[in-house]
Amino acid sequence: MTDVNQPPLLSIEHINKRFPGVRALNDVSLTFHSGEVHALLGENGAGKSTLIKVLTGIYAKDSGDITLEGRKVHIKNSQDAQNSGIRTVYQEINLIPTMTVAENLTLLDQPRRFGMIRWRSAHSQAREMLARVGLDIDPNSLLVSHSIAVQQMVAIARALGSKARLLILDEPTASLDSDEIARLFGLMRQLKAQGMAIIFVTHFLDQVYAISDTISVLRNGSHVGTFKTRALSQTELVGHMLGKDLDMLQHEQRDITETEEKPVVLSLSQVGKTGMLKPVDLNLRQGEIVGLAGLLGSGRTELCELAYGAARSDQGSKTWLGQSLPINTPKQAIEQGMAYCPEDRKHRGIIAELSVRENLILALQSSRGWWSRIPMAEQQAVVSEFIERLSIKTSDMEKPIGELSGGNQQKVILARWLVTNPKLLILDEPTRGIDVGAHHDILNIIRELCEEGMSLLVASSEVEEIVAFAHRVVVLRDRGKVSEIVGNQISQKSIIQAIAQ
Amino acid sequence: MRLKRSMRWEARTLAPIISLFLLIVGTALVVPGFLRLSIVDGHIYGSLIDILHRSTPTALIALGMAVVIGTKGIDLSVGAIIAICGAVTAVLTASTELHPLIVLGCAVLAGMVCGLWNGTLVAVFGIQPIVATLILMVAGRGIAQMITGGQIVTFHSDFINAIGNGFFMGLPARVVLAAVIIAITVLVLRKTALGMFLEAVGGNSEASRLVGIDSKLLILMVYVFSGFCAALAGVIIAADIRGADANNAGLWLELDAILAVVIAGASLSGGRIYLGLTIVGALIIQTLTTAILTSGLPAQYNLIVKASIILLVLLLQSRVTQNFIKTRVQAFRRSSDAQ
Amino acid sequence: MLNERYLPVIATLVVFILLYGYGMVEYKGFRDTLVFTNLLTDNAFLIVTAVGMSFVIISGGIDLSVGSMIAFVGVLLAYLITGLGIHPVYAAIIALLTATFFGMMMGVIIAYFEIQPFIVTLAGLFLFRGLAYMINLNSVPIDHELLVILSEIYVPLPGRGGLTFIAMAMLALLVIGVVVAKRTRFGLNVYAVGGDVQSAALMGVPVKSTLVRIYALSGLYSGAAGITFAIYTGSAYPLAAVGVELDAIAAVVIGGTLLTGGVGFVFGAFLGALIQGIIQTLISFDGTLNSWWTKVAIGALLLMFILMQKAIVHFTRRYSGKNPASSEEPAMQKVESTQA
Repeated sequence: MTDVNQPPLLSIEHINKRFPGVRALNDVSLTFHSGEVHALLGENGAGKSTLIKVLTGIYAKDSGDITLEGRKVHIKNSQDAQNSGIRTVYQEINLIPTMTVAENLTLLDQPRRFGMIRWRSAHSQAREMLARVGLDIDPNSLLVSHSIAVQQMVAIARALGSKARLLILDEPTASLDSDEIARLFGLMRQLKAQGMAIIFVTHFLDQVYAISDTISVLRNGSHVGTFKTRALSQTELVGHMLGKDLDMLQHEQRDITETEEKPVVLSLSQVGKTGMLKPVDLNLRQGEIVGLAGLLGSGRTELCELAYGAARSDQGSKTWLGQSLPINTPKQAIEQGMAYCPEDRKHRGIIAELSVRENLILALQSSRGWWSRIPMAEQQAVVSEFIERLSIKTSDMEKPIGELSGGNQQKVILARWLVTNPKLLILDEPTRGIDVGAHHDILNIIRELCEEGMSLLVASSEVEEIVAFAHRVVVLRDRGKVSEIVGNQISQKSIIQAIAQ
Repeated sequence: MRLKRSMRWEARTLAPIISLFLLIVGTALVVPGFLRLSIVDGHIYGSLIDILHRSTPTALIALGMAVVIGTKGIDLSVGAIIAICGAVTAVLTASTELHPLIVLGCAVLAGMVCGLWNGTLVAVFGIQPIVATLILMVAGRGIAQMITGGQIVTFHSDFINAIGNGFFMGLPARVVLAAVIIAITVLVLRKTALGMFLEAVGGNSEASRLVGIDSKLLILMVYVFSGFCAALAGVIIAADIRGADANNAGLWLELDAILAVVIAGASLSGGRIYLGLTIVGALIIQTLTTAILTSGLPAQYNLIVKASIILLVLLLQSRVTQNFIKTRVQAFRRSSDAQ
Repeated sequence: MLNERYLPVIATLVVFILLYGYGMVEYKGFRDTLVFTNLLTDNAFLIVTAVGMSFVIISGGIDLSVGSMIAFVGVLLAYLITGLGIHPVYAAIIALLTATFFGMMMGVIIAYFEIQPFIVTLAGLFLFRGLAYMINLNSVPIDHELLVILSEIYVPLPGRGGLTFIAMAMLALLVIGVVVAKRTRFGLNVYAVGGDVQSAALMGVPVKSTLVRIYALSGLYSGAAGITFAIYTGSAYPLAAVGVELDAIAAVVIGGTLLTGGVGFVFGAFLGALIQGIIQTLISFDGTLNSWWTKVAIGALLLMFILMQKAIVHFTRRYSGKNPASSEEPAMQKVESTQA
């Protein structure tokens, strides 16, 4: 077990890292010990990835010190990190899928004679590396012929190499089943016993409690705290991650009226998709805001995708305004009056090269078809109206949307759907990565829309937000629905408890 | 707002236009009489008209290519389609009594079928555009030879020959034809929402899917259109030489067309479609060729000049260079602020 | 020791054997070793080009400049030997160095300016053809007794066949190519870059310098192909080898190399080029078929192999963690925050 009195293997002090408009790491100091599994937790944008990328030399830190075994080190690229004994295994397996296991394991380090690779000894070298992680597979087999779990183990085998001191596992369990996770944990315990320091990044709380000795929580780029796993309750942990002190939380006074008697707009009955989301029941009423709460990876985004038809569900059925309808593609969803702002704005929302006007008008134009182009005068009128209504800050409507700030991009995407006058608006993390002013504006817009009779399904990692506007909250965990909190029962406390259960 | 918009695009749009202008002025200084136009029998003649005349096949193909590249694609097979459609025109005219319009229709149809083939491979089978169009690029000239029976088929038809060398209202008929096609394309893309949809699909196909745009159908149509343009170019080339040469018709024209699109400032990774500038690009290429030929420089310089221009444009466009310039400009501003 | 990687190249081998077997059954003349050795000699320059092209395509790139490079090297050789009177051996070394340098420059532009290989090598295609024209406009003979000797010597085989010098040179270059691809760290890095360039970079593969070396190697091989072609034809012509880049790409793809990169065998390019040669030979033996059937047949083979590869990729990627390129489902991995 960890001996805290022992000097740390790696310590980082006062690390800062800024990106344009974002403070990704704000004076973060942490220590990691040999023989310790140290869980690193935080929601999206908390700074976990940035911290790992600084440690592995992909990003350069703006300031701060990294000390390895008492000596200051400068990690400028991934080669430096590897030479210092810092090895990383990412969620997306970073091996070459088209090569064999042995080729992957020995790449850049093949045994040679006269410059020629000796495959026979390369294979025995690969076998040794596989044995270290307890794998018995043919080194000559193709990497992709193995399951993700085995590929993950191969990645670990490669990362361990000869002189690994600190192993960073970045969400290694995201696509593993429970047997495979047990196997991975067995390996982690074995490595720990050998004196390896392990940084374990995950968003599965059960796993954190099953394997880690220490937990550090990051939030919005700052270090919230480091705790002994045994001394921290799950509820406290979730409170730290979401930035809430549970004892301080009161039952806020909510003046949100019940919507029980309103007609149901969209009803999902046992809708799910294998490997994506367990079957879920959900009713959305007219003029109602349903909040989707849950940690990262709990299935929030997946539920939005399936509801909208962005992904095709393979179980269950959907009812729209009382009629059973197949809503399996975005086109069908739009025809019925649905709209969807995805979480990944950059890759799935904006079309960066196109102007604000074109981005804003696109959904309406798409619903009208290519032949009946909206006249320019009408486009400009609509766009000006929405620029004003949502107070979108842009010098003019012909500016490429890629040049706008995140908050204003988000408002344009929101406006893109509002011009289609939808009956149901699905918002996935509408306030992520945007500045405070835009954040406030968007919350106000959500409330207004609801008052006008629109139904909204809003997924958010900000519990406070959900409490502020939701009539009903669906809590998700491990890709399934765990509970539904209604009306006056909704509070930050009740949601956090439901997530942590 | 309108004013600001035009200011923004100034530097980018003006670069090809100014280049063309400078090229013409420069050549006019070297070659006396370059700008002279004369009217003989009611037809306009002159070097400038000659440039327009010669650039029609490239301009037509570049038109189709610009649209294809706008959707993140590329069409390598246009040269082969030119050969096929030229062969269809020549063989049908030479060996049947069909009305020239029907012959024309058949040739254009053949080009569109070729485009449909490419589009199916890209949109339905999900094969990379370079790979998918490579197949027809390899096999197409064989198919053209099959149609012509391996011969250079010559033909005579007043109607079709007029497309190659005739005049319409004082201007070369093929220039008028190309101008009409270009105008219709510009109108269709800009006066319907098609242009915006294509640019959306090229810019971000996932975001386009989420707003309900049927990207597969659009991509299919784009390749059919490229085949259509290549077919017209094929007819013009065949009509010009009054015959079909399956081996050499349209050889390397795909490369000229891609070059024209790149000169227009479009990125090969999709996004904006600049039709007008692409035509300017095609004119630049032809003006260069004509300038080199008429200025007395050996013809072989043509290829080297073309290669140098591609490299220059590419290097200037590349993200690395742009970033370099941007950081330099920022550093300069900072140092001047400090003073 | 076999895995699904070998499927395409086995398919190629089967196609080759079937075609050759068909020829042997149908035509008596086909059974002589002469047919085979002629196949090697006639396609030597194409095979050499295709070997270089294999590295480029395995790395996920493409090199359109090879045909022009062959013509340029031929004209350069003629100029050096006939024009300047330099000994052919030195002339060949100069030509190879020049070709390698040009290939390297294209690699530098591709790697460091991050411009697509397609368009960079397209510029190369124009440039080398133009340079060839600059040196010489016409077809000229390359007069030197060494070249005459080299084009005439051969190792006799049973039957009427014989291994010519250029066939042997080609085989040597092929063996070197196979060894570099499979037995050197550079070769394995080429596969890694083509397989997944981001992962390769994270694993520590020097991606940029590998790319530069790949295009330099392709330049070297197309230079060698140019010399082979010059010996084969005994002359130099700036319009020579037009469209060889297409034949070479077709040879590589028919040889089982994935145009998307990462998968393939240098030896496959040899088979792919031989299949093209054998189709031509069969058509000439037939006598009633016309030469254009070659192009159509090669196009059909290309289609077949591309569809087959698509199917294999589709099948194998089902088990991999990465989403297939044309997935209907959006990538579900979350990108942490908007910082990156």
